[in-house]
Amino acid sequence: MAFRLKLVPEKTSIDFFRWQWATFGVSALMVAASVVLVIVMGLNFGIDFKGGTTIRTESSQPLDVGAYRAALSPLDLGDVSITQVFDPTFGPDKQVAQIRIQAQQGAESLTPEAILAVEAALKGADPAVVFAAVESVGPKVSGELLQSAILAVLAAATGILIYIWMRFEWQFAVGAVAALVHDVVVTIGVFALFQLKFDLTIIAALLTILGYSINDTVVVFDRLRENLMKFKTTPLRDVMNLSVNETLSRTVMTSGTTLIALIALLVLGGDVIRGFVFAMTFGVVVGTWSSVFVAKNIVLWLGVKRDWSKPAETPFPGAEQP
Amino acid sequence: MLQIPLWKRIVILALVLSGIAFAVPNLFYGRVEAHNDAIVAAERVGFETPEQAVARGGWPDFLPSGLVNLGLDLRGGAHLLAEVHVADVYKARMEALWPEARRALAGKRATIGAVRRAPAPDGELRIQIGTPAAMAEAVAAVRDLANPVVTLTGVGESDLDVTAEGDILIVRLSEAERAATDDRTIQQSLEIIRRRVDEVGTREPTIQRQGADRILIQVPGLGSAAELKALIGTTAKLTFHPVLGRSSEPDPAPGLGRVVYPSVDERGLFYTLDASPVVSGDELVDARPDFDQNGRPAVSFRFNPTGARKFGDYTAANIGQPFAIVLDGEVISAPVIQSHIPGGSGIITGSFTVEESTNLAVLLRAGALPAGMTFLEERTIGPELGADSIEAGRIASVVGLAAVVVFMILSYGLFGVFASVALMVNIAMIFGILSAIGGTLTLPGIAGIVLTIGMAVDANVLVFERIREELKTAKGPARAIGLGYERAMSAIVDANITTFLTAAILFFLGSGPVRGFAVTLMIGIVTSVFTAIWVTRLLVVVWYDRRRPKTITV
Repeated sequence: MAFRLKLVPEKTSIDFFRWQWATFGVSALMVAASVVLVIVMGLNFGIDFKGGTTIRTESSQPLDVGAYRAALSPLDLGDVSITQVFDPTFGPDKQVAQIRIQAQQGAESLTPEAILAVEAALKGADPAVVFAAVESVGPKVSGELLQSAILAVLAAATGILIYIWMRFEWQFAVGAVAALVHDVVVTIGVFALFQLKFDLTIIAALLTILGYSINDTVVVFDRLRENLMKFKTTPLRDVMNLSVNETLSRTVMTSGTTLIALIALLVLGGDVIRGFVFAMTFGVVVGTWSSVFVAKNIVLWLGVKRDWSKPAETPFPGAEQP
Repeated sequence: MLQIPLWKRIVILALVLSGIAFAVPNLFYGRVEAHNDAIVAAERVGFETPEQAVARGGWPDFLPSGLVNLGLDLRGGAHLLAEVHVADVYKARMEALWPEARRALAGKRATIGAVRRAPAPDGELRIQIGTPAAMAEAVAAVRDLANPVVTLTGVGESDLDVTAEGDILIVRLSEAERAATDDRTIQQSLEIIRRRVDEVGTREPTIQRQGADRILIQVPGLGSAAELKALIGTTAKLTFHPVLGRSSEPDPAPGLGRVVYPSVDERGLFYTLDASPVVSGDELVDARPDFDQNGRPAVSFRFNPTGARKFGDYTAANIGQPFAIVLDGEVISAPVIQSHIPGGSGIITGSFTVEESTNLAVLLRAGALPAGMTFLEERTIGPELGADSIEAGRIASVVGLAAVVVFMILSYGLFGVFASVALMVNIAMIFGILSAIGGTLTLPGIAGIVLTIGMAVDANVLVFERIREELKTAKGPARAIGLGYERAMSAIVDANITTFLTAAILFFLGSGPVRGFAVTLMIGIVTSVFTAIWVTRLLVVVWYDRRRPKTITV
């Protein structure tokens, strides 16, 4: 028999519901904490959503944030933030800074003259500076982008709800969408906690998390449906445990390969997409957790019809079996 | 159970091979790009330079030469989102309508009394009439000026909305006409922007309409958004007016039919001009950068026959008079007419730099924009930043891929090898499809591919795990493999449809780089299902047919 790497033993019988209150409680707590964090600390919106200008500078000289700040202050641009960007892929002669200028009163985007003035001032502070990227978004567009981003997340969740409802039962749809909401809210919470930049690409990451998490949830639901047809009299809780155990090996394998690829990107992919990849990596972990501990708990509570040979009639409760 | 009909094998193989064939050019990106550029350049000019022939020879003509477009974030370039002031055109229309309306109403002076223009908001024409009792007749007279709007629905609506309020007659463009006008304005703007961008000759600019009144312009390789803005942000409306006077202060009440414009060169000098131009830039056929007799940069131009006649007649009749050349509401110069200019060509001098005269010539050749624009969003990405991102993405993909392959082989042995082959095919097919449909790869798109690398094995994992389970109960490996594929199918389909659903929503609601991500994700889902279900299955079946193992280990 050839060697096989086995992350999960051949046969497991872990009782995933033994600590259902604790695991579900942790999830509920994380969601609540995330909501509080977002309300209290707010999100560090990027210019996509808030308007304003960002300038990415690169220089071979050691970066002096103070000198940059001093150079820009006479221009009277309002709120200006300058942060140094660190990345393991940068050499010692690559000093990168991100300068963010608030949306200017009455102007849709920073005027070319203003950008030239900023660039000239920075050149004065550091002759070796080059401008790798200059981006400016007006308040009008940023408002619309935020709106369409929220719309996108809601539309995706609704689409999934309807699809799962059609393919399975409404209880599954509710469980799956609750898991999705959990994933999205907790990821946003982490962005609020660490004040990571929240821009359009993060929305893309959130939607991908939705897709990934639902993927995971559906695989277990699919097995559950199969087992429900096979074991018509076993208590729902046991059938669920069996299904999760049977698919555990696959869940760990898929999460494992996805995480390997994402971590490679996180470490080596450069700082420009680090936020995006971080959101996805975090989302894969949370998504795996939620499909085991959130989606199933909710389905268990809601109960499902047990006789799949007949058309849907009695939606619940789960403990109706003799 | 394990048979795959020959035609299916051929189809699978053909799809895989064509996917790889379309992907291959991307491995030789620089060479293929030079090849494609050489062909385009040669077609445009009509002949081929030796360098172009060499570049074209760098890639064989019979091979696919489609490439994945690199998004602005990878290639570097300028991005602008402009809002066109469509209402500008309403205003111009109302201005043009006033003389017509005045003439129409003047004919009925006997019944409707004296006619006077009243102050009105932009896009409206208000006319005060002397005898309010005869308003109905005045309204009818103005309505006669209206034309039916030609729309797709073909409902014969009038282009003017004429109403009355006391002794004031109000004329507006009707809803249908506004919509039709907006559409025309945007189409014209798109056309003119395209001409201007093409004039500077950069590669594959994207110029698209977005929503009702917006235009998205993306030009790869251009130094900065400011440059692009200078090129397309100017209306470039050139007109030639008779000069009626000049003063150091703007005349607050120049009188009807007169306008006051500032001078570009001399601050504090204002010209009072006749409002109706003698000729305008619309009648130019050519404009090119030139030098005047003193060697200063200038722009020489040529009129079409009607323009030339008007220009010739006017110069003949007004020798010794000053004549103003106005660009976008500013007087560039006001030379005195020295002699009759019959040929319809002339030269504009002013204090230009060579760069400015070149730009002005480009703008004049391309024509004036029908309306002004505001820029809502502008982004400039340096080419080095894009190159860094590509490099980082490449390294991350290779490392991620290698790690996943090792992990799969350690976990599933030979079946892991099959899955890895399918994974490589999958990546080749993503690039192949992206190249074939001319899709755009963005930085998040690279992340999408890396994510697909991780997720693509999911379908295989589902199948392999299922085969393992079936091996415990089923009779013989062939049956286990068959059942494994069969029973894993519903989970694979459901899981991928839901992911595809979110990717599709991302595509329709997203923009720019996010859209690029959605496209790669959608393609990745389709190809990963195909490779996981059909390609690995084919590999497994071929292997099984050859070896006929009594037992298998997955």
